[in-house]
Amino acid sequence: MSTLTLAARDSGTMLRRNLLHARRYPSLTLNLLLTPIMLLLLFVYIFGDVMSAGIAGGHADRAQYIAYIVPGILMMTIGSTVIGAAVSVATDMNEGLIARFRTMAIHRGSVIIGHVVGSVLQVLASLVLVGAVAVAIGFRSHDATALEWLAALGLLALFSLALTWIAVGMGMASPNAEAASNSAMPLILLPLISSAFIPTDTMPGWFRPIAEYQPFTPTIETLRGLLLGTGIGNNWWISILWCFGLSVLGYRWSTSLFNRDPK
Amino acid sequence: MTNLAIAANGLRKSYDDKVVLDGIDLAVPEGTVFALLGPNGAGKTTAVKILSTLITPDPGTGDIRIGGHDLATTPQSIRAAIGVTGQFSAVDGLITGTENMLLMADLHHLPRAEGRRTAAELLERFDLVEAANKPVSSYSGGMKRRLDIAMTLVGNPRIIFLDEPTTGLDPRSRHTMWAIIRELVADGVTVLLTTQYLEEADELADHIAVLNNGRIAAQGTAEQLKRIVPGGHVRLRFTDPAAYQRATDTLPHATTDDQALTLQIPNDGSQHQLRTLLDQLDTADIHADELTVHTPDLDDVFFALTSTDTSKETVR
Repeated sequence: MSTLTLAARDSGTMLRRNLLHARRYPSLTLNLLLTPIMLLLLFVYIFGDVMSAGIAGGHADRAQYIAYIVPGILMMTIGSTVIGAAVSVATDMNEGLIARFRTMAIHRGSVIIGHVVGSVLQVLASLVLVGAVAVAIGFRSHDATALEWLAALGLLALFSLALTWIAVGMGMASPNAEAASNSAMPLILLPLISSAFIPTDTMPGWFRPIAEYQPFTPTIETLRGLLLGTGIGNNWWISILWCFGLSVLGYRWSTSLFNRDPK
Repeated sequence: MTNLAIAANGLRKSYDDKVVLDGIDLAVPEGTVFALLGPNGAGKTTAVKILSTLITPDPGTGDIRIGGHDLATTPQSIRAAIGVTGQFSAVDGLITGTENMLLMADLHHLPRAEGRRTAAELLERFDLVEAANKPVSSYSGGMKRRLDIAMTLVGNPRIIFLDEPTTGLDPRSRHTMWAIIRELVADGVTVLLTTQYLEEADELADHIAVLNNGRIAAQGTAEQLKRIVPGGHVRLRFTDPAAYQRATDTLPHATTDDQALTLQIPNDGSQHQLRTLLDQLDTADIHADELTVHTPDLDDVFFALTSTDTSKETVR
C-alpha cells in the first residue's frame, strides 16, 4: 500500500472514530454552541437598541444590527466549537489508546488528521445551525450572488481549519482536558475584541490596533463585504494570510508535540 | 539454534540525571515467555516502551532487533510484527467493545468481513460477547483488561508485549489472564511480560530477568534463580522462653531470633532431613508451638537481589 493510500485509509478510520464520539456524546459540541447563540440573542434583543446607535450614523434598526453582527457570530461559532477539538485531543493524549496507536504500523499523522478533519466537519455543522438561528430571527443577505455565498463559505471553512490546527496544538500542549479548555479560551474571547459587535473606529484609540491587527477582524469584514455588500478593501487577502499562517503554525506545533517521545 | 524474537544489547535510557536503564541485554527465543521481574521504578515499563517502539533509547544503546527487524532503522516493520498491551488500559472508553475491536481491524487493514469475523471471534474467546455492545467505560477492570488483550491480538502479532498484565486484577481474573497467556504461547507466540509478582513469573515464564535499578540483577529459569539463594529451612516458633532456650542449646547451627522466639534450621525439606530434626527435638523433649518447612522460592531470590536499596524508589 502506498504511503498516500495508507494515510488516507488510516485517517479515515480515525475520523470515523472521532465522529462516532461526537455522535455518541453530542453534549460537548452543543454546549459550545450555546455561547454564540446566546450572544446573538443577547446582543440583538437586549443590547441591540443601544448597540445599533454606533452603526450607520445611529439610524440602524434591528434588522440592520442583526445583519451587522451575524458574520461576527459565525466567526465566534468557529472560535467556540474548536475548543471541543482542544479538549478531545487533550483527553485522547492522556489515554493509553494513543500509545497503542503509536505501536501499530499505521500512518503516523492519521491520529491528528482524524481530529482536524473531524473538528472542521463539526464546526461546519455548527455554522449551519447558528446560521439557521440567524435566518430565523431575521438575518438576510443583501443581494449576495451564488459566487459570493460560495466565497463566504470557503472563507469560513478555511478559518475553521486554521483555528482547528491551533486548537489541536493547544490540546497537545495541555496536560489534561481542563487545561486544554482553559488555554483555548482566547479563541472565543478574541471575537469580542474584534469588529464583531461594534465597528473598530468606535473603540478607544489606543485599543484600535489590538482590534484591527488580529485574525478575526479582517475575516469578519470580508464576510460582511461578501454577504452584505460593504467594502472589502485589502481585508480579503489579509484574512487569507492569517488563515494560512495560523494553519502552518498550528500544524508545525501539533506535529512536533505529537512526535515527541511520550512520557 | 533457535531464532531470537527479541534481542537487545546495552539498552540505555535516562531522563535528565536519572538513569532508568543502565545497559541491559535481553535475548528472547521465539515461542517462549520472558518475564521482566522487578520492583516499582526498576525500569520495566521503560524497557517495554523502548522495545515496542514507543520511545527511543539513548544513544550508546547497542543493536536492538525485534522479530529480526532493526529498531533504529525499521520501526514500522517492528510495529507490524508486534502487539502491545501497556500498563494503562489502551481501550476507547467512549465506544463499545465491538466498535473498539472493529477500530483495530480497520487499522490492521483487514477486509470488512474478515474484520467483523475476527472481532466476533476474539470477543467470544475473551468472554465479552454479552458486554460487546455496551460502552467500554461501563466495563469492570478485568473486562477492560481482557478487551485490551483482545485488541492486541487483532492482526495476529507474533511477538506480544504485556506490561503488568495482571496488576489490579482480582485473583479470578488473574488466573483467567494466565490461561490466556498460556494459550498464546501454545500458538507459538513470543511473549515478553513484566510483573512485580514472583508467583506470576514462576507460573508463566520460561526465562526470568530480575531488573533492579536499571540493571539486570540476575536471570535464568525459575529453577536456576532459586538456586542463587541459600537452600530451604525449617522454622520453629516457641511461646515458652525456657523451651526456646533449650532448643537453641540443642541445635547449635540454627539462626536464632530472641525477640520472636524463633529458630531457623537449614533443611532441604526432604523426609530424611526432617525426620532427623524431629528425632533431635523428641530426644531433647522440646515441643515447638509451630513448625514450618520453607523451600526457597522466587520471593527469596527477589529480596536477596533487590534488598540493597528498595527504599530509593523515586516518583516519576
